[in-house]
Amino acid sequence: MSIDINQFAATFMEESLEGLDTMESLLLSLVDGDTEAVNAIFRAAHSIKGGAATFGFAEVGRFTHGVETLLDQMRSGQRETGQELISLLLDSVDCIRSMLLAARDGGDIDVAKVAEIGNAIETCLADSQKQDRGHDPERQSVVADGTGDSVFDINFSPHADIMVTGNDPLRILASLAELGELQTKCEYKFSGDLALFNPEECHLSWKVQLSTSASRADVDELFEWVDDVCDINIEVAGIKSPLPATPVVPASMNQKPGLVAQSPTQSRESGSIRVNTYKVDALINMVGELVITQSMLGQLGELLQSGDVGCIEKLQDGLAQLERNTRELQETVMGIRMLPISFVFNRFPRMIHDLNKSLGKPLKLTINGEQTELDKNVLEKISDPMIHLVRNAADHGIESPEIRRAAGKPETGTITLNAYHRGGNIVIEISDDGAGLNVDKIRQKALEKDLIAADTVLSDDQIHELIFSAGFSTADVVSDVSGRGVGMDVVRKNIKSLGGNVEVSSVRGAGSRFTIRLPLTLSILDGQLIEINSETYVIPLTSIVESIQVTQSEFESVAGSHMMYRLRDEYIPVLFLYELLGTARNRDLDAKRSLLVVVESEGVKAGIAVDDLLGQQQVVIKALEANYQRLEGVSGATILGDGKVSLILDVASLLGMAKLSRSGRSH
Amino acid sequence: MTTIAGNSLDDGLLNQSGEGDQYLTFILAGEEYGLDILRVQEIRGWTNTTPIPNAPVYVKGVINLRGTIVPIIDLRQRFNMPLLEYGQTTVVIVVRVLGEHKERIMGIVVDAVSEVYSLDSSKCQPPPDLGMAMGEQFISGLTTVDEKMIILIDLDKLLNLDLS
Repeated sequence: MSIDINQFAATFMEESLEGLDTMESLLLSLVDGDTEAVNAIFRAAHSIKGGAATFGFAEVGRFTHGVETLLDQMRSGQRETGQELISLLLDSVDCIRSMLLAARDGGDIDVAKVAEIGNAIETCLADSQKQDRGHDPERQSVVADGTGDSVFDINFSPHADIMVTGNDPLRILASLAELGELQTKCEYKFSGDLALFNPEECHLSWKVQLSTSASRADVDELFEWVDDVCDINIEVAGIKSPLPATPVVPASMNQKPGLVAQSPTQSRESGSIRVNTYKVDALINMVGELVITQSMLGQLGELLQSGDVGCIEKLQDGLAQLERNTRELQETVMGIRMLPISFVFNRFPRMIHDLNKSLGKPLKLTINGEQTELDKNVLEKISDPMIHLVRNAADHGIESPEIRRAAGKPETGTITLNAYHRGGNIVIEISDDGAGLNVDKIRQKALEKDLIAADTVLSDDQIHELIFSAGFSTADVVSDVSGRGVGMDVVRKNIKSLGGNVEVSSVRGAGSRFTIRLPLTLSILDGQLIEINSETYVIPLTSIVESIQVTQSEFESVAGSHMMYRLRDEYIPVLFLYELLGTARNRDLDAKRSLLVVVESEGVKAGIAVDDLLGQQQVVIKALEANYQRLEGVSGATILGDGKVSLILDVASLLGMAKLSRSGRSH
Repeated sequence: MTTIAGNSLDDGLLNQSGEGDQYLTFILAGEEYGLDILRVQEIRGWTNTTPIPNAPVYVKGVINLRGTIVPIIDLRQRFNMPLLEYGQTTVVIVVRVLGEHKERIMGIVVDAVSEVYSLDSSKCQPPPDLGMAMGEQFISGLTTVDEKMIILIDLDKLLNLDLS
C-alpha cells in the first residue's frame, strides 16, 4: 500500500508551527517545578521531531532531537530549569521555525545561527553526559546521536520459541550488520539430552558489539518485533571518535523540489483555518433549518398556485423564518473566520523577553482582552503593524531605568496591550507608561524635514499626528530595534488598507497610547444606498456623519468652480460624483431640492451631492480586482437584491481624489 | 492548494488542445473572428451593466454573473470600429483570460456568434503586418474556412493590455 505522504506535509508544517508557538509561550511563562508545562513542551518537540523524520526533513528532525533530549532531562528532573537553558531553548525554537519556514517557502536560513545553537545544545548535553556517565546508559546513547560512531553492547538471548513466532535471529543479526561494524560472540546454553533436541527451538544467545553511526532508536527498531520473545539488553559502551558536533545545516532543504515548489514564497498567510467543531455543528444545524424552511415555502407556493389565498399569512411567516435563518447562517459563517486576537498577542511576550535583553531595560507586558475575536484576514495583516508599535513603545517610549527612577516611576516599564469590541469595530490599544511623545522634538524634526512651516501654529494633537508622516523618525540614535524612519507612516498605511485607522494620544512624562480601530470583518459592511444619475452606489455607514436636505442656492462657489456648503458653523466642500468618477451627467441638479450626504474621513468632512437616499442594508463586499482592477474612489462592488451590481464608494480615497483634482486645476 | 491543482488541470486541458483545436467564431462588423473554445465559459444575451468610474470607453461596466463581478468589454469599441446599436443577436461571450498571476473572467460584446470550427492551428497564417494598425497585436493568426477568412484572436493579449 502506498500513501502519498506529501498531502500531509502541509498539515505537518502547520501543526509544527503551532507546536513551536506553544513551546515558545510555555517556555516564557515557565516556572521551576511546573512539570505539566515541561511535559507539554516536550510533547510538542516530540511530535515535531517525529513529523520531521516522516516527511524527510532530516535536519529538522536531528536538531529537534537534541532539544527533545534536553527537555526530557528537564522533565525527569535531571536538569535545572535555569534562565540560560530557557534562552537556549527559545533560540532553538526560533531555529526550528526558520528551518521549517525555509523548507516551506524556499527562503534562506541563517546557517551559522543554526550551527551555533546546534553546538550549544550539544555542549549542554555533553556536560550532562559527563555527570551521568555510568548510571544512565540510555541517556548517553541518545546523546550519541549524530555526533559520531557509538558502540553498542547488545546481549541478545532469544527465548527457545522464537522461531515458532516466525522470527529468525539470524535475520536480525544480518540487519544489525547493515548498521555498522559487528562483532558477535555466540553462546550455547542447551544442557539437555541432545537426542531430545527440538530443531525448532533456539538455544543460542549472542553477545554483540556494534559500532555504528546509527542512533539507539535505529537499533531498538530491529528488535521491536521480537522483544516479547527474547531477553534483550542494549547498552552504550562508549563513543568512538566523537566528531565535532555536525553543524545542523539543512543545505539540502532548499533543494527539496516537491515541497518548495508547492508553496509560493510571496505569501506567508496560511490558506487554511482551524474551526471549532461546535461552530461547524451549528452551521449544519442551520443548513438543516434552511432546508426545512425552503420545503415549507415550496409547499406554500403550490397552495398559492391552486388559488388558496388564505395561505398568504403563512407565506409571510415562512419568509420571516427564511430571513432569520439566513441571518443566523451569515453570522455563523462569519464566525468561522473569526479567531481570537491572542494569535497575534501571544507573540509579544517573547518579543518583550528579547527586547529586555537587547535594550537593557526591564520591561513588563500586560495583556487584556486576548479572547476578542476578529476576522482571520485582518488578524494576519495586523500583526506587523502591531510589532512595530510595540517595538517603538519599548525602544522610544520607555525610558532607561535611571531616568525612570529619577522621575519617580517604577524601574520596570510596562507596555499594555488591550483589545475590545466597540460598535462593529475592534479596538486594539498599545500603551506604555514611558516618556510620552516629545512635542518640541517632533516639531523641530518636522521643521527640519519641511513638513510644516516655521510659523505654523499647531495643537499638541496635531503635532502628535506628524509622527505618521512619511520618513519621520525622532529617535536620537537609530537603534537595531527601531528608528530607521520607515515606521509610522507605513503602520498607518497598512492599517488603512484594512479599512481601519490608528491614532495616538500622549501625555508628556506619563506615556503614550496608540489606538487601532479595525472593522471586524472585511467582507460585509453596513451601507447606505444612494442614487446618482439613476445609478445606485453604496456609502459605508461608518463614513457617514449625517444626511441633510439642501437647496442648490445654499451652495456657495469658491474660485468659480468649487462648491462649498455651510454646515452650521463650518464650510465643507461639496463633491459631485460625476466629476470625480467621470460618469456621464444626465440630469441637472434639481434646483429646488438636493440631498447632501456629509461624510468624514481622517477628520476631513465633505458633502456628497446625491439624487436620492434609498435605504440602508448590509452588503457583501466583492473585490473588483478579481476580474478587473482596483479603482480609485471605489473600494469594491456588491450585488443588490435585484441582482444588479452596485459600487461601494471609498470615502477616504474620494476625498483624496477631490484634493488632487483641485490642486490639479489650480496649477 | 486545491486552486493550484484546479488551475494546472485547466492548463493541462488547454495545452492538450494544441492540435485540431476547436474555435468559436463570432461576427464583428462583418468580419469573422475565432477564439479558442476552451476559453469560453458561456454565451449570454446583453444585459445592462453597472458603469465603472474612470474606465476606458470600451469597458461597458460590470455585471453580476451568479455572484461574480465580471467586467464587460465592447470589442467594436476596443477595435475602434463604428458603434452598433445592441440588438437581438448581440451577445456577451464570457471568457477566461490568463494573466501573469491569475485567471480573470471577462465578457466581450460581439455582434453575433457564428460557428464552431475545428481548425489546425499549424496551418494558420501568421498575423499580417499592418504597420501600426490598431488591433494587430491581438491577432494570433489568419485561416480560411469555406473560402472565408477567420481572424484568430489572442484573448490574453487583447484583454490584459488594457488593464496594465
